[in-house]
Amino acid sequence: MNKGLIFEIRRFTVHDGPGIRSTVFFKGCQLGCWWCHNPESRSSIPEECIKTINLDGKTFYLKETIGNWMTVDEVIHEIRLDRIFFEESGGGVTFSGGEPLMQHDFLLEVLKECRNNGIHTAIDTSGNSDPETLEKIAGHADLFLYDLKLMDEADHIRFTGVSNKIILENLMHLVSEGREVNVRFPVIPGITDTDKNVREIKEFLLFLRKKNKSGKPLITSLLPYHSSAKNKYRRLHVDNKMSDMDDLTRESLFPLKNEFEAEGLDVRIGS
Amino acid sequence: MTDRINKLRNKSLNAVNRLSAERASLVTDFYKSGVGDNLSAPVRRALAFEYILLHKYICLNEGELIVGERGPAPKATPTYPEINLHTMEDLEILDARKKVSFRVDEETRKIYREKIIPFWTGKSNRERIMGSMSPEWLEAYNAGIFTEFQEQRAPGHTVCGAKIYRKGMRDLIEEIHEAQSRLDWKKDSAAPAKNEELKAMEIAANAIIGFAGRHADKLEELAKAADDIQRKEELLRLAGICRHVPAYAPRTFHEALQYYWFIHLGVITELNPWDSFNPGRLDQHLYPFYKIGLEDGTLTKEKATELLQSFWIKFNNHPSPPKVGVTAQESNTYTDFCLINLGGVKPDGSDAVNELTFLILDVIEEMRILQPSSMVQISHVNPDSFVHRALKIIKTGFGQPSFFNTDAIVKELVRQGKSIEDARNGGASGCVEAGAFGTEAYILTGYFNLPKVLEITLNNGTDPQTRKSIGLETGPADCFQTFDELLDAFASQLKYFIDIKINGNNTIETIFMESMPVPFLSLLIDDCIANGKDYNAGGARYNTSYIQGVGLGSITDSLTALKYHVFDKKTISMTGMLKALMQDFQDFGELRFELVYHTPKYGNDDNYADSQALSVFEIFYHAVDGRSTARGGISRINLLPTTSHVYFGSVIGALPDGRKAKEPLSEGISPVQGCDVHGPTAVVNSAAKLDHIRTGGTLLNQKFSPSFFDDEESIQKMTGLIRSYFRMNGHHIQFNVVSAETLRDAQLHPEKYRDLIVRVAGYSDYFNDLGEDLQNEIIKRTEQIS
Repeated sequence: MNKGLIFEIRRFTVHDGPGIRSTVFFKGCQLGCWWCHNPESRSSIPEECIKTINLDGKTFYLKETIGNWMTVDEVIHEIRLDRIFFEESGGGVTFSGGEPLMQHDFLLEVLKECRNNGIHTAIDTSGNSDPETLEKIAGHADLFLYDLKLMDEADHIRFTGVSNKIILENLMHLVSEGREVNVRFPVIPGITDTDKNVREIKEFLLFLRKKNKSGKPLITSLLPYHSSAKNKYRRLHVDNKMSDMDDLTRESLFPLKNEFEAEGLDVRIGS
Repeated sequence: MTDRINKLRNKSLNAVNRLSAERASLVTDFYKSGVGDNLSAPVRRALAFEYILLHKYICLNEGELIVGERGPAPKATPTYPEINLHTMEDLEILDARKKVSFRVDEETRKIYREKIIPFWTGKSNRERIMGSMSPEWLEAYNAGIFTEFQEQRAPGHTVCGAKIYRKGMRDLIEEIHEAQSRLDWKKDSAAPAKNEELKAMEIAANAIIGFAGRHADKLEELAKAADDIQRKEELLRLAGICRHVPAYAPRTFHEALQYYWFIHLGVITELNPWDSFNPGRLDQHLYPFYKIGLEDGTLTKEKATELLQSFWIKFNNHPSPPKVGVTAQESNTYTDFCLINLGGVKPDGSDAVNELTFLILDVIEEMRILQPSSMVQISHVNPDSFVHRALKIIKTGFGQPSFFNTDAIVKELVRQGKSIEDARNGGASGCVEAGAFGTEAYILTGYFNLPKVLEITLNNGTDPQTRKSIGLETGPADCFQTFDELLDAFASQLKYFIDIKINGNNTIETIFMESMPVPFLSLLIDDCIANGKDYNAGGARYNTSYIQGVGLGSITDSLTALKYHVFDKKTISMTGMLKALMQDFQDFGELRFELVYHTPKYGNDDNYADSQALSVFEIFYHAVDGRSTARGGISRINLLPTTSHVYFGSVIGALPDGRKAKEPLSEGISPVQGCDVHGPTAVVNSAAKLDHIRTGGTLLNQKFSPSFFDDEESIQKMTGLIRSYFRMNGHHIQFNVVSAETLRDAQLHPEKYRDLIVRVAGYSDYFNDLGEDLQNEIIKRTEQIS
């Protein structure tokens, strides 16, 4: 039976799409974004890490395996637990990661099962996938949460490890095919918030808006950088290139939001 | 907020709690006079009530629009020596205790020393109750298996219905006369008793009319002396209102509020009934007056707001009467729980939300005071806009309003045998208790310590804290071969203690029936007049006695730990577990770690753990539900702790869930503090597995950081969470929105957080007024972070 490598199914996620959602985190990603807040999602194999817990003045070491091979039924069972919440809030399930498209066969089966169960689905992706795979998945998903990070190819390679060529093409394709897409722009100080990148992102968004055939507004979410993953980096012994960076506040993104809105874009901060 | 309200609000917030000997002194004078000696109990009580209202000081505060104080000044709090008698030591404790102290001045001490204590010693109701209890009851009570509500306060737990907005006291006197004329003196052996009760009600009705008249007199005097024309007119207008209500049915919005307030003062002066007497469905009761006022131009939205705000301040001026003995020291968080209900359904089941509902929500947000407390009733027929408005107040972080499921409450009440209309006219009061407003006496009788029963079961009927054998010998724990054998022993033990509790309840009900009738309260609750029977004697249309189960999360996790480690996985023997508990996990650090971190826990939507919650629920339910009581009522269960989970924790040693000795228990039906690690939907799913419809109320507390209420989209999501829980028949959910950091800072710098209000357990209190252990516990409750 087809299994997927999942490192967490988190319930009551409220920042990964409309309504109350459960988010299924797929393990494995081809990108290595400097600001990645799920460093445990990168490797495509289960990993072990040690958590320390202090209790009554003693330290206990808890061995944890990150990543479990799960069947479609197991994943669907977990998702179905919160069906009432999805119905009452207009929510559903979001497949995130990692890069869920890396496990597209498994993802496709889960998506089909969700549709059979009447559960709304969203794919949180970097878009770094071959177009055929994306097309195959798109036909069974309701919404894409699509990252748009850097417009300059060299910068994209430098800060994420991969080219953005196919990513931008895929995004254009999805939008022009009428898929519902929310673009997510991570605002990382000194990296993605440069005047040049912001201007180019804005232009690209305006271009996408023209091509949008989904019949729904093309929403852009500005995601302020946060350092909540610092501990994870430490625990996993992964090099954190952003260890000195402070969090951005919501308020600090207001000028950017205004700038985008001045062009008629539909912008949100957060999710 | 108008300047007038701002001044009144500040005055109320800054008023110092004082103990007032006025009422105690008057009631002593009355009993000493011998006037009531040869009269029936109801008539004697009615005359005492009349005497107090005739002689008490009439306090009018500058600028107020609603008049009347229970004591001689705002927050001057009376005592009730006929119910419970404060000793000189109690007065010391009340004056000196750090939290919610009551200043006791030399004059009050003198009156107590020379007059109150000498007269009432040996005569108070509390002494009578304690003297009537069986040795088994006293042992269980002293061990902390249950508490007793009526030991220090009179039975209350009822809420005013719609009647007073249609009928004046003179109309009720008419009804009394009709009831008297219907008495069947030939066939009904109770006719003389009924006649006495009805006579007493008439005395009480006239007493409250007289009390309003004394306010009118004083207002007219003040008007005479006033130089300012506007003030003079206002005083005369207020006097006119006091001449009209409560004698006659109210005609205006203002009269309706003032009428209720006189009624409120009457109820809390007659005796110190538990907690919750309040106007109940305020938006429903006032709406006709609001509409008429706006239509005929006598009222504006602004004027209505100011009147409501003035009304709100009156509640805040009235702290809960202080207790005696050990409870005076311990229970320092009490405010009276006047829980205003908004929204819900009309008697025909349709959406009851109206524009006044929203106006009152504005008042709640702007007033930001502890009392009255407020809740919203949410039915599936109510609009989302109503839920959104209430959630936006939650975000401001003072724990109000709480959220109740109207549809569940109606089902609960109908299951208990109420008519559908009476159920729809009901709501929740106190903490979370469901009741049919205006028609039901639903009396809480005491908290019941579920985990303590397990501790005694594990020790074969002996309380390990005192080494006294107080329970059933259900066999040594290490002889149980299966988990079911353990569960059976727990069930027998619980049944044994519930029997003791219910026997005690019946004795206490009888004492109140015979010697502490409440003719004034009886006027207000149907069908006391028609039945010629007192509220305390089963005169209400519906009579319910609750036992409130406490520590569901702790008992569930403890049973689950035993099932998991001792019986299923066999990682430790029962003998080993008992030794670890006896030593409070000293030298058992590894085991405690396993128990806390590697054991299924309630609140995570895990059936392995949640099934024990269901077992305990069934055992508790079957031990209590349906059993008849002395006044002709029926025993029911609910699951709420107020603050008793702290006290109950203090009398229990270590528990198998890894909780150390003396720590607080879990509260309500919430998971053990810090043990719900899968987020609020998992908590809600776990809690919803219980059959709320077979209770009279459950309490679920969830702490959120304010970010969950940031914008319209977040509010919509929280609405979805509430609607989901309610669709699964959840009874109540409360949101605490503060960060743990904020609370820790508040502990360090209390001076900076004087206005910080948190939800404690179905009610709110100033964080600074809570004991340190309660503060710590609130900090510990899992902060849900997404």
